[in-house]
Amino acid sequence: MTEAVLSTLAVSGGFNDPVFEAQGVFRALMDATARPGTLHDLPASVAPPAPLGPGSGAIAVSMCDPDTPVWLGDGADSEGVRAWLSFQCGAPVVQEPDKSTFAFVRAGAMPALNALALGTQEYPDRSTTLVVEVEALEGGPRLILEGPGIDGQRTVKPMGLPEDFAAQRSASRALFPRGVDIVLVAGLRMMALPRSTVVSHDNETEAG
Amino acid sequence: MSAATALGGDLATYNFAYLDEQTKRMIRRAILKAIAIPGYQVPFASREMPMPYGWGTGGVQVTASIIGPQDVLKVIDQGADDTTNAVSIRAFFQKVANVSVTTKTREASIIQTRHRIPEEKLQAGQVLVYQVPIPEPLRFLEPRETETRKMHALEEYGLMHVKLYEDIARHGHIATTYAYPVLVSGRYVMDPSPTPKFDNPKMDMSEALQLFGAGREKRIYAIPPHTKVVSLDFEDHPFEIQTFDEPCALCGAEGVYLDEVILDDRGGRMFVCSDTDHCESRRADGHRGRLSPDEAYAGHGKTEGEAVR
Amino acid sequence: MYVAVKGGEAAIANAHKMLADRRRGDRSLPSITVEQLVEQLALAVDRVMAEASLYAPELAALAVKQARGDMIEAIFLLRAYRTTLPRFGASQPVETGEMIAERRVSATYKDLPGGQVLGPTFDYTHRLLDPALVGDEAVEAAPARESEGEPLTRVADILAQEDLIERAYAGDPTEMPQEPSGDLTREPMEFPMARDLRLQALARGDEGFLLALGYSTQRGYGRTHPFAGEIRIGEVEVEVDVPELGFAVSLGRIRVTECQMVNQFAGSAKLPPQFTRGYGLVFGQSERKAMAMALVDRSLRAGELGEDRVAPAQDEEFVISHADNVQATGFVEHLKLPHYVDFQAELDLVRRMRAEFEARQRSESDTQEAAE
Repeated sequence: MTEAVLSTLAVSGGFNDPVFEAQGVFRALMDATARPGTLHDLPASVAPPAPLGPGSGAIAVSMCDPDTPVWLGDGADSEGVRAWLSFQCGAPVVQEPDKSTFAFVRAGAMPALNALALGTQEYPDRSTTLVVEVEALEGGPRLILEGPGIDGQRTVKPMGLPEDFAAQRSASRALFPRGVDIVLVAGLRMMALPRSTVVSHDNETEAG
Repeated sequence: MSAATALGGDLATYNFAYLDEQTKRMIRRAILKAIAIPGYQVPFASREMPMPYGWGTGGVQVTASIIGPQDVLKVIDQGADDTTNAVSIRAFFQKVANVSVTTKTREASIIQTRHRIPEEKLQAGQVLVYQVPIPEPLRFLEPRETETRKMHALEEYGLMHVKLYEDIARHGHIATTYAYPVLVSGRYVMDPSPTPKFDNPKMDMSEALQLFGAGREKRIYAIPPHTKVVSLDFEDHPFEIQTFDEPCALCGAEGVYLDEVILDDRGGRMFVCSDTDHCESRRADGHRGRLSPDEAYAGHGKTEGEAVR
Repeated sequence: MYVAVKGGEAAIANAHKMLADRRRGDRSLPSITVEQLVEQLALAVDRVMAEASLYAPELAALAVKQARGDMIEAIFLLRAYRTTLPRFGASQPVETGEMIAERRVSATYKDLPGGQVLGPTFDYTHRLLDPALVGDEAVEAAPARESEGEPLTRVADILAQEDLIERAYAGDPTEMPQEPSGDLTREPMEFPMARDLRLQALARGDEGFLLALGYSTQRGYGRTHPFAGEIRIGEVEVEVDVPELGFAVSLGRIRVTECQMVNQFAGSAKLPPQFTRGYGLVFGQSERKAMAMALVDRSLRAGELGEDRVAPAQDEEFVISHADNVQATGFVEHLKLPHYVDFQAELDLVRRMRAEFEARQRSESDTQEAAE
């Protein structure tokens, strides 16, 4: 890829209307975090370079800036993505996942949750928000969610998460208030699984 | 709509909702972490706002960071839409964000408040933004931030129970009437801001998202919807809220928080709803209290006499 | 009949009209100009710039005028403007050693290279009201100084040559941190604080508060045995590195006041006996503030130097949390906002407790009467 192509990619595909699109994306994130497992649209016009998906791109442009180190996992990383993030948000890309404020990955190449920043007992907010591109937000195996923001229980069926996802979340939930907040995206749809949410397999379904 | 607003001619242009985008992002990140860790106070780099610290700068920064052109904003102080500081904050957002405003609780998507939670049950999709003067519930027991932070980290809340129990030993009951501490989702002890404890039960399992902004103290915290919020108490001294001996003198409402209004210098007084919208809606629906104007016309002298306690 | 009090909006608008009227005062007198304030109330303008942390004399003067001379209100106005300004970058540290000083005095040496330069000081004026200033009498120009335009050796550097004073940077000077210092207006505050942030907080801090704290250390609440090593006032160059150009570019000159306190230090397990430093740097001409800042800076280093922390001026959380006058005035003055909802809750409690108290007393006297 030539430099000229790189720079064209980097400068295009951002928000048409930065102020209001960022506000719309943030409100979707806020509502999603407040009601874990509910589906939300990301009202944005971004077109990030491959392999970063549009949902991840919308979240990056809305939430990241020079104050937020970003980590890119396999399947979300490329020279083009780095140049684009640098131009659109000025966010530094870091090599160590536990130094990141935001991490962007594909569900097939998810890092271990405890490899990311979990925050400290005194400052649990100093933790990574992990944005995971999944195949789809519906049609996968049933997961049961419980916790703040959920009236009783909520069932979600994201597709393509690693098999041990619920086990990893349980292990990580034991560290609460430390932990990683997760956002699942597919295209321009998303749901949030903040650290306060207890995730478990639907055992009944598995038994039957 | 343009994202920039010119105030005072060409001299200065301000961004939509006053704050610059980088500041909004910083506050938005803090809000997301606050929702993910219910009741935990997230430090944030609070900005100087064009109104004084202690007058709602935290709430204003939270509202400015979440508000969009589709929002409908309601601002109350002491439960009323027409108190001067509520008027001033509402006017600020009309000027810098050009948003629709309302006094109707049910029409608002964002309600910024000081010292009250509306009487009407809040709905899913609504956001209640509290202005908070001192966010740290342990501050008056331990003035040092370095110490209180450790206490929250270790879930060491014994001191708070000791304080409440000393009240019981000395006065026979807990002598905290407002800013009454709560335990959020079984983990963090939280200051609900100086709302009367009458309002504490409304925080529990609310349909609405509750956000708290403390500008001078630089903290943001949150309670997501459907979250357990328990007022601290003891088995032999369970938490209880204030009750009033008489209904609202204007709309006849019972089980609401009332303001005491002094009518004359001879001890005459009346009790009326602190939530002005609630009171007005009830009166529009035909509810009447002892002193509501249309009744008062009939027997002015008599009703006024009755107001004297 | 009862009609609830309404009309907050009209009341506010009327109050603002009245404020504008009182600000203008007697219309037969000319309105004071911003230029007049910059030139003739320069130290007021300097204080507003210092505590607002924005170097902008005309805007500071406008703030003084708009605030009717209320300094904290003017500081608040300028800060609320500053906070909306975009940040383009951080400048190089200003080199006060290169300062063209208008005033430079040292209390630690009788004479030193460059000499004692008194400059435009109130010191040694007799504080007698001067009727001549009522009018507009001609004022003769100040005499020019011979050595004007030459940088002066710093007193701390003289002591450093003998290794009798701690180094300004404790580590290897070639390993001085290169990243720009922190900014507490852009990052959440956290205790304990690094010294860069602490100095920023002090530089923005209230002059009166720092003066009182510095004074308290002199009266024995955390004594630091200070000597005014040097005070200098003058202009310094502000430069920014432009990576694209590969060299620093000058943005212009600003006037600052610097104070280096030299403090006695008996030494500790780790450090030999030597003099230590307290540092003050303030926008504009403000010797009182720079000196108070240097005293408090040295006091706040108690922990780092292994001294007992026993006095208010040595307590970082206490000092930094309460030094900001815009925060302080906001919170003190917010008490005038309505609090009737909470007051109602307290009224109810006091009435209830009062009734319980009286009931108890009645039952006690009943029991007594029955016994008699």
